[in-house]
Amino acid sequence: MEEVIPKLLLVCALLSVITTFAILLTLLFETASFFEEVSIAEFVTGTEWTALFSGDQQKFGILPLVSGTLLITVGAAVVAVPIGLASAIYLSEYAPDPVRRVLKPILEILAGIPTIVYGFFALTFVTPLLKTLIPGLDTFNALSASLVVGIMIIPLIASLSEDAMMAVPRSIRHAAYALGATKLEVALRVVVPAALSGIVSSFVLALSRAIGETMIVTIAAGSTPVLTFNILESIQTMTAYMVQAATGDIAYGSIQYKSLYAVGMTLFLFTLVMNLIAYYIARRFKEEY
Amino acid sequence: MSTEEILVGKAVSSEQNQEKWGDQAGRIRLRRWKNRVAHGAFLLATLVGVIVLAVLLTDIFRKGWGWLDADFFNNFASRLPERAGIKAALWGSLWLIAVTAPLTFVFGVATALYLEEYAKKGWLSRFIQVNISNLAGVPSIVFGILGLTLFVRGLGLGQSVLAGALTMTLLVLPIVIVAAQEAIAAVPQSLRQASYAMGATRWQTVQKVVLPYAFPGILTGTILALSRAIGETAPLIMVGAVTFIAFTPDSVFDGFTALPIQIWNWTSQPKEEFHQLAAAGIIVLLAVLLSMNALAIYLRNKFQRRV
Repeated sequence: MEEVIPKLLLVCALLSVITTFAILLTLLFETASFFEEVSIAEFVTGTEWTALFSGDQQKFGILPLVSGTLLITVGAAVVAVPIGLASAIYLSEYAPDPVRRVLKPILEILAGIPTIVYGFFALTFVTPLLKTLIPGLDTFNALSASLVVGIMIIPLIASLSEDAMMAVPRSIRHAAYALGATKLEVALRVVVPAALSGIVSSFVLALSRAIGETMIVTIAAGSTPVLTFNILESIQTMTAYMVQAATGDIAYGSIQYKSLYAVGMTLFLFTLVMNLIAYYIARRFKEEY
Repeated sequence: MSTEEILVGKAVSSEQNQEKWGDQAGRIRLRRWKNRVAHGAFLLATLVGVIVLAVLLTDIFRKGWGWLDADFFNNFASRLPERAGIKAALWGSLWLIAVTAPLTFVFGVATALYLEEYAKKGWLSRFIQVNISNLAGVPSIVFGILGLTLFVRGLGLGQSVLAGALTMTLLVLPIVIVAAQEAIAAVPQSLRQASYAMGATRWQTVQKVVLPYAFPGILTGTILALSRAIGETAPLIMVGAVTFIAFTPDSVFDGFTALPIQIWNWTSQPKEEFHQLAAAGIIVLLAVLLSMNALAIYLRNKFQRRV
């Protein structure tokens, strides 16, 4: 028993390693066979994505899907970074305890709401609202989706940044107060700089979440892969294409089927790089006390 | 320096000081004012989340409440809104959770036990740990692709409950592992030492001391992870959870649909009635989530008293 148990537990623990390699291998394998039919140069630099068209009209340039994804992500960042950071400063520096005890669970509820619910909210509430403000706005548009993706990642930024700020020692704050600093000065000139690595890495993690977000953009941003930076237009993200391809009737082993993996690989690389950056920032620039 | 000079100098400086102090008082007022404005702005930003949540819930209840009746729970999906219900989706979700729960629990706890109680702090445990935190950041749709390749096609499970549940297990496993690790790390070292002092072996200690003490924390973590799984849509779309299903699964090899998939399907219909049905479906989904969270809190309190 004493001999077997650790080995059994190790086997279970290796499941996570196996999962990582399984993801890499499945993506690599089908992506490689995708690139046997489509040149890498066309995929990386092409400005048209018409993968679900038939025959000769198919074009596999990933740029429209990437631009769509970036448009959503930048829009979400514009909403979530200031609001998330301000919430974190409020919760960690200003909020009296009873207020904190009410606000924190509410933010947690917001974080726990399934993305499908946010998608429904974007299409049936935010889009009609935007349409009354901006006449002629398309029913499917990047603006509505990116606003709601931004709302979705606010709790993530707020709670991770707050954790980083809470970890700044009390004594440093007290030293600043003793010099006559106001709360705002302590927050902006002492606490935020001291917690900066944690704060920035929370931004990067949240944006990586926005890049991989699927349901909100599938429902509200449309399915028009165009290379544009106009947020009022209908676009398509990488994730939304994957949903569209998976729900359409594409034949197993066809080029469309393989394109699913090529796009999945691109998405995986984007989020992997961002997660590594977040990890690196949090580690490398961490202030030690 | 002569006394006179000093006196003059003093006089001059005190004159300057008076001016400066008047200035200072103004600056202090300005700094305080800035602080008050910022306080208000930060509070307002925090309230954005609260307001959005309130608007979202009100909107969904206003749209969906009227559709929640017995028929809604007893009918299958239909092209006619008044005949459509969520029976297949609700049962599909319950099946999914029933299969996912034991799998995530066993693998999650085993991994956490290995890392916290057995592993030497070397490259292997660090490598496993890095893998876990990396997996937590992989988009759920990529797990869907893995499920499609590995379970649906590779193992030939087809678009079944089992394929969906296995995919979900891999997706939420990192959350369970991290929660279980925290719970196990929180077990006081003195308890372990007491157990060893009584002559217990390592496994006896883990089984009789560490696990019971960490159990409430592990359970809470597992339930919270499962409530994430029940709301996930994208991986199920990839493994092909079909929408138009007019039966409830009888075994893990049957086809299925799930609550989020059904909600998505209704949301994509142009007709207003279907949007109201989607809202009703969302109310059911949120109710399931809420009861799972309540259960987690209840169980934690119950077990915590006993230990």
